[in-house]
Amino acid sequence: MATIVVEVMLKPEILDPQGNAVASALPRLGFTFATSVRQGKRFEIEIDGEPTAAQLLEVEKAAEVLLSNPVIETYVVRVEK
Amino acid sequence: MRIGVITFPGTLDDRDAARAVVHGGAEAISLWHADADLKNVDAVILPGGFSYGDYLRCGAISRFAPVMKLVIEAANKGMPVLGICNGFQVLCESHLLPGALTRNSDLHFLCRDQEIEIINNSTAWTSSFTQGEKITIPLKNGEGSFQCDEATLAMLEGEGRVIARYVGENPNGSRNLIAGISNAQGNVVGLMPHPEHAIDALTGPSDQGLGFFTSILNAMVN
Repeated sequence: MATIVVEVMLKPEILDPQGNAVASALPRLGFTFATSVRQGKRFEIEIDGEPTAAQLLEVEKAAEVLLSNPVIETYVVRVEK
Repeated sequence: MRIGVITFPGTLDDRDAARAVVHGGAEAISLWHADADLKNVDAVILPGGFSYGDYLRCGAISRFAPVMKLVIEAANKGMPVLGICNGFQVLCESHLLPGALTRNSDLHFLCRDQEIEIINNSTAWTSSFTQGEKITIPLKNGEGSFQCDEATLAMLEGEGRVIARYVGENPNGSRNLIAGISNAQGNVVGLMPHPEHAIDALTGPSDQGLGFFTSILNAMVN
């Protein structure tokens, strides 16, 4: 069994109000390290056995069509060890 | 004149939309998300709500509902389609309209009466208005911030496809105060505020939303 991870992030030029809210909450709690926070989504997809190149291509396609909206988001597909 | 109103699981405003259609003078036909035919309707309204719980992204799952395949085909052949609020989000996810609707800039769910200005009165859904007419109708959403890239924004502005703009302070961070847009042909319109909640003074802030529902009759008759 393997886990394929798809991470979806808003494009840098798209306003991220949730990330901004987190960024302004951190210093209120004494965490002063952050200059900026962006919030995204992480999908963990379980499959049987090791993923084949064809399966990874299918996941890429799903990430493009469903898991992300290419108008406002980018995605990264990787296999979790 | 038959106007279909689609109900997805989680749709809220289908009844008000159907009532507005009837007030406008047409027959309202209920369509279900799993329907495999459009029941010979002349136009379709995608009403507001939280279809499929807004899971993943607003409108992202609804886009793949069986009835949407037919709506997309018909819209591309010229059938008038109006998406209100969640319906607008579905139209963007379906690529019938460009851009996307994202979280309001202040993160709050907004529910208030909002003044908008009609910018383009030549679409199938806005011909009852005069250009520059200001109307007040409810605005109620959490993800109403219209976003797109610079090239798309320039295209929408250049081609007169911004059909309505918010008046006054920007309520949600939408680019260029955009409240509604159309496709290139003007048959597909997406609008974030809710005209169907403003068709008589008894139940809404005004009756000024009715124009969207009388416009479509003009468009079909002429």
